[in-house]
Amino acid sequence: MSRVRVLVGTRKGAFVLSADAKRDPERFSVSGPHFPGWEVFHLKGSPADPSRIYASQSSSWFGQVIQRSDDGGESWQPVGEGFTYEGVPGTHQWYDGTPHPWEFARVWHLEPSLHDPDTAYAGVEDAALFRTTDGGKSWHELAGLRGHGSGAHWQPGAGGMCLHTILLHPTDRARITIAISSAGAFRSDDAGRTWRPINRGLRSEQIPDPTAEVGHCVHRIALHPSRPEVLFMQKHWDVMRSDDGGESWREVSGNLPSDFGFPIDVHAHEPETIYVVPIKSDAEHYPPDGKLRVYRSRSGGNEWEALTRGLPQRDCYVNVLRDAMAVDALDPCGVYFGTTGGQVYASADGGDNFAPIVRDLPPVLSVEVQTLP
Amino acid sequence: MIRVVLPAPLRALARLEGEVRVELAGPATQSGLLDALEASHPLLRGRIRDHRTRERRAFVRYFACGQDVSHEAKDAPLPPAVASGAEPFIILGAMSGG
Repeated sequence: MSRVRVLVGTRKGAFVLSADAKRDPERFSVSGPHFPGWEVFHLKGSPADPSRIYASQSSSWFGQVIQRSDDGGESWQPVGEGFTYEGVPGTHQWYDGTPHPWEFARVWHLEPSLHDPDTAYAGVEDAALFRTTDGGKSWHELAGLRGHGSGAHWQPGAGGMCLHTILLHPTDRARITIAISSAGAFRSDDAGRTWRPINRGLRSEQIPDPTAEVGHCVHRIALHPSRPEVLFMQKHWDVMRSDDGGESWREVSGNLPSDFGFPIDVHAHEPETIYVVPIKSDAEHYPPDGKLRVYRSRSGGNEWEALTRGLPQRDCYVNVLRDAMAVDALDPCGVYFGTTGGQVYASADGGDNFAPIVRDLPPVLSVEVQTLP
Repeated sequence: MIRVVLPAPLRALARLEGEVRVELAGPATQSGLLDALEASHPLLRGRIRDHRTRERRAFVRYFACGQDVSHEAKDAPLPPAVASGAEPFIILGAMSGG
């Protein structure tokens, strides 16, 4: 019988939540905290070998550690010798517009290869993309991203200048799409050697030129593997859609109560069904009206319905961060998300009904799901 | 032989219990001690000092004989009581939080 393994990164450790295909919220087993006391920005399993999981463990005191599990999260091994920018790192813009040296802070997102468990990508702050091909022992920067021309003009958002989204094309191994806060989206069509911005159609009133080539605060991009040319984006403000691999974007915020938010994801079996969690504003990082609502569009955007069953509909002021939503591949599709209040909610029916799996974790930074045979 | 006290998160990371004892082949300096510590416990590389620059991480402190010796010269001799093993060299995370 199939089962799911939910990988949860929090401010103070990682947790692994497991259940059978029924996904009864009362019957998830909980293991953890793994790496107690450390920030775990992200964990993700290898599609090529689900027993292989990579985790980003970091601390303001002791720096960045990459952990690797080869047994589905039962045991972990620290791997890697650190992240060093290629060549002379140069500068990007600081908050006040002055040049600021590139400084490694942490790994925000890990994206294992679709084909090889020893290959994975790491999106880091200050924004850069690294790759390992030896299971995490060594990491090498794909420096063409920072070096493509606009890097010196990138500027951090309030959360830091992080590379947080890495999308690997399911059939074209040369195509990688990434996103950086607050530089925008970029694409490589030669396996990460060269890059170009793909932000045409984005409009951000918070920057001097609202339609600039770079400078947009993209929060998250998602795709469905059956239609990888279609990209869905939650921007700082605006939910956007591209039907041409990011060459152009159009807004699909439609009737959302707020088009500010962080995560966005796509239903596992319905490529036009997408999910967001509206947040009131960039200053008020909590849901509008104190009601925690996932919004679902079955038309690829514009028409949205509120999903509220099982979610708090009063006095709720948590946030859902950009990497804290995921879907499983079971039928019906499961939807999971974690909050800064420490709850992880699950729906085993595509979002119609949610229930908390756990209620009292440290603030949740990331949620990923593995669907296991 | 020098005794080193590590903060709990680093003991857990490196799977160590209690004090660590470090034998030094060269002079008993801060750099010599940390080089030897990292050589015998490679998982500590990059945790106390930056991987690349080998400078002390900003929120790590070194105490010895009741003194904060974080800002002592890296190549200055360690206090005799630490060098002899009578007192430990304490590595800890700076106070932070609220």
